[in-house]
Amino acid sequence: MIVRILGEGQLVVDDVMSAELNELDAKLEAAVNAGDEKAFRPALAGLLARVRAAGTPVPADSLEPSDVILPYSEASMDDVRALLTDDGLIPG
Amino acid sequence: MSVVKRVSMIFKAKANKALDRMEDPRETLDYSYQRQLEMLTQVRRGVADVATSRKRVELQMNTLQQQQDKLDRQARQALGGGREDLAREALTRKSALQSQIADLQTQYQSLQADEEKLTAASQRLQTKVEAFRTQKETIKATYTAAEAQTRIGEAVSGISEEMGDVGMAVQRAQDKTAQMQARAGAIDELMASGALDDVTAQPNDDIQRELDQMGGGHDVDRELERMKVELGGGEAPREIEGTAPGAAGSTANGQAGKAADQPQTGDGA
Repeated sequence: MIVRILGEGQLVVDDVMSAELNELDAKLEAAVNAGDEKAFRPALAGLLARVRAAGTPVPADSLEPSDVILPYSEASMDDVRALLTDDGLIPG
Repeated sequence: MSVVKRVSMIFKAKANKALDRMEDPRETLDYSYQRQLEMLTQVRRGVADVATSRKRVELQMNTLQQQQDKLDRQARQALGGGREDLAREALTRKSALQSQIADLQTQYQSLQADEEKLTAASQRLQTKVEAFRTQKETIKATYTAAEAQTRIGEAVSGISEEMGDVGMAVQRAQDKTAQMQARAGAIDELMASGALDDVTAQPNDDIQRELDQMGGGHDVDRELERMKVELGGGEAPREIEGTAPGAAGSTANGQAGKAADQPQTGDGA
């Protein structure tokens, strides 16, 4: 599958990784829902680090859309919340 | 639903929204291409803005660093001359500058990282825009409605996702640059007002003045010693020993001299 880390670009990640990424995603979700900044930072960093380590960059001239889009690395919890709303950060 | 799924869904929906309104798929291609070119210009401007900001921080860092080095030299000079009080003052000012420099260093590194990321994003987008343009022409040339719909959909959603990403990155960089400009402006104002450099940057700051005077005092001491030896007398007048060394004495003498001059001028007029 193709994963985009916002601000960094797209990576191809083996589908086998799905389960592991879902686990890391669940941790992130728990932190965001609980408003737990202490858990949020390592959860986001952990998820991104795993994807970076496992993925290979998509060629720059590829126009393929991503299957999954991840927040940018320096995103705060508020930024992530804004990404989850319709009138959030993404310019039209 | 998971964070990642929601982010992905909303991001894509948003990125594609502007393109859904076109009735003719070929119009979508042209419209998207137009947007891509605009976005490229925006990213390049973003890179330039961040670079300008970084250079400004670098200049400030260098200036403060020079002031710090100077204070360090002055402290050594003062200590060498036995003026621990002056050395302490210089070191106190030096350590006050340290936190400013550390703050600027953090800003500098952060701007440098932003610049690298944006430059990479700009190059990525440019390559994709070129790829898109080629595809656009091919699709237009071999246009059959059914086939084109799918291909246009893929190409456009791929690149509009990229544009959404780049657009956000530029926005973030601009917000951050604006904040840092404000902070850099504050430091510039401090420097201009003299609050930062009053004590250090002027060619003849107070510490330097005292150090210069201290050097003068030593010469006087040495000369006195030599004269005493020449005269062969062990009994140098005690008054001279008492007044010669130290800058405080010289300053007091200077002021006394001025004070003595003024009434005379007054009498003359």
